[in-house]
Amino acid sequence: MSLALQTFSSVKDANAALQAAGTRYLGGGTLVVRAANEGDVSTSSLVRVTDPGLSQIAVSGGNVRLGASVTMAAIARHPELAALAPAARAVGGPAIRNMATVGGNLFAPAPYGDFAVALLALDATVIAEDGELPIETFLAGRDTSRAIVTAVGFSLPGPKSFRFLKVSRVKPKGVSVLSIAALLERTADGAVTAARIALGCMADRPIRAKAAEKALLGRKLTPREIAPALAAAGQGIAPITDPIASAWYRTEVLPVHLGRLLSN
Amino acid sequence: MEMRKDYFADVRKDGLHEIGQPRPRLDSPGHVTGKTTYFADRNFPGMLHLKMVRSPHHHARIRSIDTSEAEKHPGVVRVLTARDVPHNVYTILILIQVGPEDETVLADGKVRWKGEAVVAVLAETERAAQEAAAKVKVDYEVLPAVFDMEEALKPGAPLVNEYHGQNYYLYDSGECRKVRFGDVEAGFAQADHILEQTYQSSPIEHAPTETTGCVVAPEGNDRFACYTNTQAMFFTLDNTSIILQMPGSKLHFVGGTVGGGFGGKVDVIVEPIAILAAKLTGRPVSFIYSREEEMQISSPRAAEKVVIKDGVMKDGRIVARKVSGYTDAGAYSRHSPYGAQKGAAHYPGPYTIPNVWIDAYCVYTNRTPSSAMRGFGVTIGDFALEVQMDKLARLIGMDPLEFRFINAYRDGDMKAHRQPTEGAALIECMQEASRAANWPVAEKYMAMSSYRKGA
Amino acid sequence: MAKVPVQFTLNGSETAEFIESGTTLLNALRDKIGDTSPKGGCHQGTCGACSVIIDGELKLSCLTLAETCNGADIKTTAGLAEGGVLHPLQRAFLDAFATQCGFCTPGMIVAAKVLLDRTPNPSREDVVEALSGNICRCTGYEPIIQAVLTAARANSQNAA
Repeated sequence: MSLALQTFSSVKDANAALQAAGTRYLGGGTLVVRAANEGDVSTSSLVRVTDPGLSQIAVSGGNVRLGASVTMAAIARHPELAALAPAARAVGGPAIRNMATVGGNLFAPAPYGDFAVALLALDATVIAEDGELPIETFLAGRDTSRAIVTAVGFSLPGPKSFRFLKVSRVKPKGVSVLSIAALLERTADGAVTAARIALGCMADRPIRAKAAEKALLGRKLTPREIAPALAAAGQGIAPITDPIASAWYRTEVLPVHLGRLLSN
Repeated sequence: MEMRKDYFADVRKDGLHEIGQPRPRLDSPGHVTGKTTYFADRNFPGMLHLKMVRSPHHHARIRSIDTSEAEKHPGVVRVLTARDVPHNVYTILILIQVGPEDETVLADGKVRWKGEAVVAVLAETERAAQEAAAKVKVDYEVLPAVFDMEEALKPGAPLVNEYHGQNYYLYDSGECRKVRFGDVEAGFAQADHILEQTYQSSPIEHAPTETTGCVVAPEGNDRFACYTNTQAMFFTLDNTSIILQMPGSKLHFVGGTVGGGFGGKVDVIVEPIAILAAKLTGRPVSFIYSREEEMQISSPRAAEKVVIKDGVMKDGRIVARKVSGYTDAGAYSRHSPYGAQKGAAHYPGPYTIPNVWIDAYCVYTNRTPSSAMRGFGVTIGDFALEVQMDKLARLIGMDPLEFRFINAYRDGDMKAHRQPTEGAALIECMQEASRAANWPVAEKYMAMSSYRKGA
Repeated sequence: MAKVPVQFTLNGSETAEFIESGTTLLNALRDKIGDTSPKGGCHQGTCGACSVIIDGELKLSCLTLAETCNGADIKTTAGLAEGGVLHPLQRAFLDAFATQCGFCTPGMIVAAKVLLDRTPNPSREDVVEALSGNICRCTGYEPIIQAVLTAARANSQNAA
């Protein structure tokens, strides 16, 4: 069997085509075409959708809707999405960012998927034709998910409440040792009232650092007060081992980098 | 660019036309316009793609190979096993009488490292070759493997390579390449201080941007054009001639610009099997490593371990040096017996030491075979030696550059392997480095000369 | 095997070819159309040697299926010199010794071209960022960065 491409103008028709065995959805190609190039022969047909609605960015009343085909480059240059620009720019080099999509990033296995880490911290909603799922639920079931993701929605974080950090060994750009995104609500005197912290490379997909989130509540972001959160950061993690770093190394440096992100 | 003509003015001819003149690179116009031709820029109608089935085990006996399903796969033209290779057991340094032949083109009965080539699949498309490769069934009996040089040298360690019979290369000098000069124990007895340190390195992959490969086209008359990015053209031609039992006149090798080599494209791995495939199918054949193969399969620089024991006097003279060097060849020799031997010659460093003892071992393990890379056998040794030199200088409270002036070899000095030193310019290089780095040394060192002992 | 038609503009020329469905743009350009200036270094989207410009944007031809480029405007390094006169970037790469083995050079040059088209007077940081998806194993990058900055200066002097 050779590899064939099927092009549809609607998500509905593409979803129907994806019911066949050996099919896979083609977004920007950075995961799917790569797999084919590397000898993955399990896919014999790629399915794509040309509906321009999938590439739309809508920002209104503090709510953001990113079409699944929106690229990292489009997010990075969008004036109203400045808070997300660091996460979008963290993905690949310029050419990859012109190709890699929001939808694809949700499926990217660690060490990839840095933007999905940001979306997890933002508690995004993942939207498909047949309904919506909280991102945490979506990520947990993504291996068996068949419906095309059409968009993600989330509330635009307030000023200074969203932080993102990606750590690489190669400068200026490289694959993640780890990535961290944090959404923090704080009182006027700086005490944390709500926290969502998402981690990349600490499992095969983005996960929450729930123990660290809990340990931050009521605390100010001083070295002394965040210490319990840093100590709890490793709870429930199962970091990947790859040519970039071992699981041991990732475990060791996680609290260091979380500390830098929080006290920045 | 500055040319310092005051050095060696009396021994150098002047009136040079090229040296000292800036010249554009001859190949740059082709590079910047994308016109430079690399081997993979050739495309022939009807070209087949070769995909290698590789060992998933570090060490295993092959019970059986079943290629029947792969042969039936649509698009497959031919499947090759060890039986198809005329002279399957080879070693590349046989050209300079460094044997025994110890490596297989395609595995025969055994695999000795993870990634070893077992079966070659030829198909109309890359995809068909990949699909068929997945259908080749190899039944393995996994054997104990050894990955550490010290473990490999212990009695009772798994035997990596039966063609050697022991886990080290047997030189004519015995279990290692040896250098004996002066009386090293007397030197240590006389020394004011002794410093013994161990230095280790991991394998290093060259990671060229262009992966290893070749494109072969039958030219008729049983002659084959092989477009290759080998860095060792005639070496590859001669070894291919041996492996395929074909006269060199039937092998038309075409080299050219290599897309990054760094010494990593000298192992004669892709050409023989691709030419054999073209010969047996009558079709052009392309065999190009994937990026994963380049990183995992192509030879890296060897892992090395260097143990250096030095005896030094308070006045800065090194009076004794004993070095045990270990080169991890991986499962096969390739260039490593030569690399280890280069290490033996190099461990005294560019220094004149009256008492030297060197043992350099080439060790076999079930790791990816290592081979050439920029100064192999020397580079890691240099790292170890120069760190050791800094430590010695610190030990006796001396400036590290002045310490090197005291020990630097000069013309007429006898080196440990009994070659008199000639043409050494180390003193002058260090003098210039002292100026360039603004690291002043005492005037007596600035007055020294490599070839006027009295100065 | 089923062939599909593709048609696009390549370096200003209308180009049409029948290819096997699922063929990457890199393979279509190199094996079918004969523009071998984009190179296949990794086929993973990691090295940038296959970089081309599609509708003004830098893309990786190894991860782009040729069929998705119908109607597109594609530029490669092979099309940059006009009438035998090198593009300022090509001239600068040549003068600054920014090539050694040359394998990454076509990708580097198109990546730099996209930068200079949008940012005529880039900072050093802009250049480093623009080239961050392109790997060079020979030069250590510094001559390449200097070449791009030199080309930018030459451009702005010509414009002045």
